[in-house]
Amino acid sequence: MTSTSIPQPSTRYSRSRYRRTGRSGPNFEMMSWLFMRLSGLVLVFLVIGHLFVNLWLGEGVKAIDFGFVAGKWANPFWQVWDLLMLWLGMIHGANGVRTIISDYVERPRLRQGLKYLLAAVTVVIILLGTLVIFTFDPCLPGVDSQTMAKYCQA
Amino acid sequence: MANAKSGTLYRGREGMWSWVAHRISGMLLFLFLIVHVLDTALVTVSPEAYNVVIGHYKTVVFGLGEMGLVGAVLFHALNGLRIIAVDFWSKGPAKQRALFWGVVIVWALMMLAFIPRHLMHMFGG
Repeated sequence: MTSTSIPQPSTRYSRSRYRRTGRSGPNFEMMSWLFMRLSGLVLVFLVIGHLFVNLWLGEGVKAIDFGFVAGKWANPFWQVWDLLMLWLGMIHGANGVRTIISDYVERPRLRQGLKYLLAAVTVVIILLGTLVIFTFDPCLPGVDSQTMAKYCQA
Repeated sequence: MANAKSGTLYRGREGMWSWVAHRISGMLLFLFLIVHVLDTALVTVSPEAYNVVIGHYKTVVFGLGEMGLVGAVLFHALNGLRIIAVDFWSKGPAKQRALFWGVVIVWALMMLAFIPRHLMHMFGG
């Protein structure tokens, strides 16, 4: 009885066997794999920091209202924080869902359709969120609102 | 050495179930993120609209949901760090099962800290 030998992944033999495209160098799926790890690492800090400030400090969820958001986004630090979280979170999440679709949806047209839908939703949410972060102004003139007056006395 | 008893990295036991939980939590977090961007976008509609919708997050049902959300975030984050360790640390694959239990313990400690704090925010004066 002979034992089966499995070549080291780093040998030239197995490298050529693992490569399906015949091209060398980085490819899309490898960059996607790397992106998930790098963006994930950054998101761990961004999202846990976000939860700590919004749900742990002060009065937690009870304190969250229009004024809370206005106060946070008056500071460019939190604008950049939330912008990074939005972009990295949406792209990381969309790429994860893309993997899930690839794994479970076998009918070619449905598979492709769901990926287009996913891409469209992702682009819309990223653009909407970015627009909101940068165009939000709690003190727009000409808006008649008592609540608003409370935040815009200065 | 991987064998049928200890499971391989992705088939069976800790390696597989953490993978399953990572998928499910990731899928839920992505759906929540979409909803969360939409509800936050209401600040550009009017303060009242935002306050009414975000007010729902302060109810008991949503409060419990937030615990689930934080639980999903923390598991996905900690297990994500474990995946990075498995992929980039030379001893990661050999220690993946111990790393998984490390994830479970740190997750449980963080939840034990968060849940009372969150309940205080919800029900305290």
